[in-house]
Amino acid sequence: MMISLRFAIPTPNTLIPTKTKPKPGLVDQSGLNQTALLSSLPKRCESYKLQAANGRGASVVELPEGLSRELMPKHVAVIMDGNGRWARQKGLPASAGHEAGVKSLREMVELCGEWGIQVLTVFAFSTENWIRPKMEVDFLLSLFERALKSEMESFLRFGIRISVIGDSSKLPTSLQKLINQVEETTKNNTRLQLIVAVSYSGKYDVVQACRSIAKRAKDGRIQLADIDESLIEQELETSCTEYPYPDLLIRTSGELRVSNFLLWQLAYTELFFAQEPWPDFGKEGFVKALSSYQQRQRRYGGRHS
Amino acid sequence: MERVTGRLIQMYDSIVNFLRKCIFYVLSVGPIPNHIAFIMDGNRRYTKRWNLMQGAGHKVGYSALMSMLKYCYELGVRYVTIYAFSIDNFKRTPEEVQSLMDLMLDKIEELLKDESIVNRYGIRVYFSGNLKLLNEPVRLAAERAMLATAKNSKAVLSICVAYTSTNEILHAVQESCEEKWDEITLLNSSGGYEPDENVNLIELTDIENHMYMAFAPDPDIIIRTSGETRLSNFLLWQSANSYLYSPSVLWPEIGFRQFLWVILNFQRIRVYLDKKRKQL
Repeated sequence: MMISLRFAIPTPNTLIPTKTKPKPGLVDQSGLNQTALLSSLPKRCESYKLQAANGRGASVVELPEGLSRELMPKHVAVIMDGNGRWARQKGLPASAGHEAGVKSLREMVELCGEWGIQVLTVFAFSTENWIRPKMEVDFLLSLFERALKSEMESFLRFGIRISVIGDSSKLPTSLQKLINQVEETTKNNTRLQLIVAVSYSGKYDVVQACRSIAKRAKDGRIQLADIDESLIEQELETSCTEYPYPDLLIRTSGELRVSNFLLWQLAYTELFFAQEPWPDFGKEGFVKALSSYQQRQRRYGGRHS
Repeated sequence: MERVTGRLIQMYDSIVNFLRKCIFYVLSVGPIPNHIAFIMDGNRRYTKRWNLMQGAGHKVGYSALMSMLKYCYELGVRYVTIYAFSIDNFKRTPEEVQSLMDLMLDKIEELLKDESIVNRYGIRVYFSGNLKLLNEPVRLAAERAMLATAKNSKAVLSICVAYTSTNEILHAVQESCEEKWDEITLLNSSGGYEPDENVNLIELTDIENHMYMAFAPDPDIIIRTSGETRLSNFLLWQSANSYLYSPSVLWPEIGFRQFLWVILNFQRIRVYLDKKRKQL
């Protein structure tokens, strides 16, 4: 393992404490003693370099202080709460809050891609949100349409795969067509899967899974006795991804509820509640959430002996 | 001398009880939760921390549970649910599982005694979960307890044993499919029935009616001790709008202070949510 260090592969060495703040990206290696590198390199840097060697498509990026790449969650879910509150605090209309929310989401998607998170699910619009004033609902849906159109190019460039879950029958037809188009165009991208939950409800997800199962049973394709947890898993809308169960759920804006998001899938998910509203969440908040996640002991009902 | 100390202790208890009842009276001016659920986490950590014998943490945990139940029912909370044993806990060592089963059997018998909390507050006891996974004595004791308390109507205590939420949902899905299957085949055989209409025979209410927890409303508050913030497959379906509270105390250490704190926070949030709902 140590042999690879003798080759002058430029790798960021921010895990070694340096006096000056390292530049983003590759660090200037001149003046650093090779032996110093050998002795002080922590073990977890190895997998870091292996990833770079694999050329997985992810550029080798420094992780913030205290975070480890091996303990990164594979699937992060976010309830993007607080756009309206943020706008009210600043004396702006709610639409400005939602626009700021989109910016925040863009930042989050980039960070996930850089830090090796494979799936990011965001709760954009719940079935309960349909009762909001029509103007706000129309604005939100048109904002979603605009964002999809304008970001299409960057999805392709950064290898982001888009999936949309939820009851799409209530959405305007133009949006439905656009969603199908985007899903089709990006389906082969592998760097990050962004799942957007629009008109989604956790309970509705289970009900529609149940209906598909009932239909399959009626058509004689399965027996009633075959119905088990993995069958339900396959029929849930999150079956579009390799990692349907979030490791970490973040909810912003201080609300301590799950609000009907991904109920079945949250069985063993670590929950993190952030005080700041979504547009203020940003990199700092995300780092706090991730470091809290990385410190937790997940036992899944068993025991650490 | 001993009688004097005994008397003093009695007096102290009465004063404490009286003060607590005063506090609850003041609290009941605001909204009171209808249903509180507890994930009783941290018993073994407590045993380790205080260097106690194996299983002592669970025993102390049991008395903490009795106090919390007392506070809930005194305040006027109608439904209390506790996560006693998960299906995942069967993964633990056979000795630990057996000792937990023995403890449960012991405590169920205690609940049925005359002077127990169940009779004092008129509590009806339910055991939610896949009871077929339990061993025979525990299952029989549970069924006996449910029968014996069936007539009580002031409050409800639901004990989740051999329970996971995914298993509960699965069970509800299986039962809904079975129920509708009979209906479908009946209608199919009588002829002239559009096959595609079957698909929407299953509705949200069908699944909800077959849940183990169908007898209770959704919990207003879910409390998980020992600082872990996850639901661990507990009441996933019902927790959609519950206030999640995770104090860092271990379960055997939980007391009146945490209870008061969670009720006050609940009241603050409920007032805010009601205002928001009215705006819409």
